[in-house]
Amino acid sequence: MSVLRHPSLALLVLCTAIAAGCGASPGGDDEDTARKAEQARESSKKIDVAKAGDVTLTVWDQEVRGGQRKQIERLNRAFQERYPNVTIKRVAKSFEDLNTTLKLAVSGDKAPDVVQANQGRPVMGQLVKGGLLRPLDAYAEAYGWADRYSKVLLDLNRFSDDAAEFGSGGLYGLSQMGEIVGVYYNREQVPDPPATFEEFEAQLERAKADGDVAIAFGNLEKWPGIHEFETLQAQYAEPDAVRDFVFAREGATFASPENEQAAETIRRWAEKGYFTPDFNGTGYDPAWQQFTRGKGRFLIAGTWLIADLADAMGDKVGFMLMPPPEAGAPPVSLGGESLPFAITSKSQNPDVAAAYIDFLTNADAGRVLADTGNLPAMETDAQPAGALARDVHEAWRTLTEQEAMIPYLDYATPTFYDEITGAIQRLLAGKLEPQQFTRDVQDGYAKFTEQG
Amino acid sequence: MSARAAPPGEPRRVAYLYLLPGLAVFAAFVLAPLLHTAWIALFEWDGVSAGEWVGLDNFGALVTEPELRSAFWHALVLLVFYAVLPVAIGLLLAAAMARTRVRGLTAFRTVLFLPQVIALVVVAVMWRMIYAPEGGLINEGLRAIGLGGLAQNWLGDFTLALPSVGLIATWVFYGLAMVLFTAGVQKIPPSLYDAARVDGAGPVREFFAVTLPGLRGEIAVALTLTTIAALRNFDIVYITTGGGPGDATTVPAFEVYERAFQSGRVGGAAAVGICLAAVIFALSLAINRFADRGLR
Repeated sequence: MSVLRHPSLALLVLCTAIAAGCGASPGGDDEDTARKAEQARESSKKIDVAKAGDVTLTVWDQEVRGGQRKQIERLNRAFQERYPNVTIKRVAKSFEDLNTTLKLAVSGDKAPDVVQANQGRPVMGQLVKGGLLRPLDAYAEAYGWADRYSKVLLDLNRFSDDAAEFGSGGLYGLSQMGEIVGVYYNREQVPDPPATFEEFEAQLERAKADGDVAIAFGNLEKWPGIHEFETLQAQYAEPDAVRDFVFAREGATFASPENEQAAETIRRWAEKGYFTPDFNGTGYDPAWQQFTRGKGRFLIAGTWLIADLADAMGDKVGFMLMPPPEAGAPPVSLGGESLPFAITSKSQNPDVAAAYIDFLTNADAGRVLADTGNLPAMETDAQPAGALARDVHEAWRTLTEQEAMIPYLDYATPTFYDEITGAIQRLLAGKLEPQQFTRDVQDGYAKFTEQG
Repeated sequence: MSARAAPPGEPRRVAYLYLLPGLAVFAAFVLAPLLHTAWIALFEWDGVSAGEWVGLDNFGALVTEPELRSAFWHALVLLVFYAVLPVAIGLLLAAAMARTRVRGLTAFRTVLFLPQVIALVVVAVMWRMIYAPEGGLINEGLRAIGLGGLAQNWLGDFTLALPSVGLIATWVFYGLAMVLFTAGVQKIPPSLYDAARVDGAGPVREFFAVTLPGLRGEIAVALTLTTIAALRNFDIVYITTGGGPGDATTVPAFEVYERAFQSGRVGGAAAVGICLAAVIFALSLAINRFADRGLR
């Protein structure tokens, strides 16, 4: 019987053929990633790049803004000048764009050699789980990377080879820059920066009484709320407890009394009207721009705004860490590091790629970073220009030495970003009680941890 | 089959051969991806490591997960703003233009149609600025005329955010509806209007007795286009609110993006996508059935 005589039959045959074509379960077979990782470690070695022959390194990064772009362009040029046999093919993408396309790129046949893979389970964790990134431990030993960074910083780029554990195990990337979420203040409106948390709250109250916006805050994009919340969380919770939570270690929970206290405080601030009015409908950029125009005495934001704020306000802007509950006690703050550079498993030239990453993070690179207005994450003798930048470098040194940094909460599980940002918006709008807030967030987290 | 040639015009087997190129393209670019998506929807897959067979669980989640339920509910609410309101406004404008000779009609039509021409991303960025609580056009305008009390937290309020997002779409689509309808009105024979007037019909009666039935086909087209736009709406939500505050403005297409590209739940994303495609298909079918019945 001719298939062509029966169109429906032809369609059926076609459908079956297609279905059979995609018959395998997506993602292919589950190879032993641990064994592959071990082999990769054994074959890793420090080489003389000049003798490696003609090599092209494809690098995907998101260093596209201002000083970030300047530093990567300068370092790439310097690397190629030193090793004329190496060509760096740079693919620059925005942060969002990189995060959404990285998985497809890295799992494809023409995978780039070096990529910036965001910390945490949503991006780096999934790539490690799929065996798509190369463990860097052997390189770290050969190049002495452990001496460059504080342990808390390296831990953020660590996963066990099956990605079940985060914050320990193999090293999968190195970051160039540090980030702190701290408190910017308007020197004209805040002549005496507060020394304790209590004083800080008193100044908020005074600003409110004067009819001013105490804290410039725009939360339309949802993620800024994480920074406000964690800045308070750092005042109540132990850094280790927060780290254990983010790394999903045994027994960690979000529904802790400390987190509830933090939620209560931030909720109280919202109720008292310390924040920019209608903050949930105000954009992040308009909010900090209002701060530069004197609408807002404080701004809780990251060090990525240094250049913009200094440009707009000059000496009028100061930076400090959120003051601790007791005067003189070491401050604790939300902080971390920029997206780590990692080597893909499919790279043909991992040893050259490792030398490149080494070049991006050595002492010279630290000077280039400081020169271009960035905050170097590695230890460096570089002296930044400008009062604001020096404040920030000082704060960074304190935090890394004391290991008094808590990581971004959204590293915790693949879906945590969505859950925590929505919950914070609800909490601040008065739609969630603090206790319900911590419980809701914990419920979402438990779904992930129980799965194992 | 006998070797005798069939009479001219009768279906012949060879005809299927002519369909083949079209079918091949359709199969490669529509059918295959669709089936592949349906297949992926049966797995729990993070997009990288091996997927795990979960059967119809991902489809079950469409009913059981409150997030997804509310996303589909929001899509239905947005239908009012994407489809019903633009069509209503378009009809009103078309009816008004049908009764009077407007000087410079083309210019008007062009201006009202302009929102259609602008990329949705640009529209969304612009409206985000218009809706800004501080310095936004709406709130500052209200304050300027002494109605500051009416100024709202348009995109940040849990109840206002969804209508605010919807109104952007109304602004975009009413021009499209109007252009379709004014063109349709011109092909209604003037004798019908004359007859209605002789029979003593007022403007309202005339609208319901002559204009509305005459525009049935155009209304179906407008409804189909706007309904599809409503259900696959992504860009406006992504740029204005990102689904917030809380999840007050999430829509299915946004959930697809979030699951597939952000949180590594590709199977779940595929299930939402398939379901969304099915809903769009069913609704367009219903709208066109309704239009066809009227024509007979």
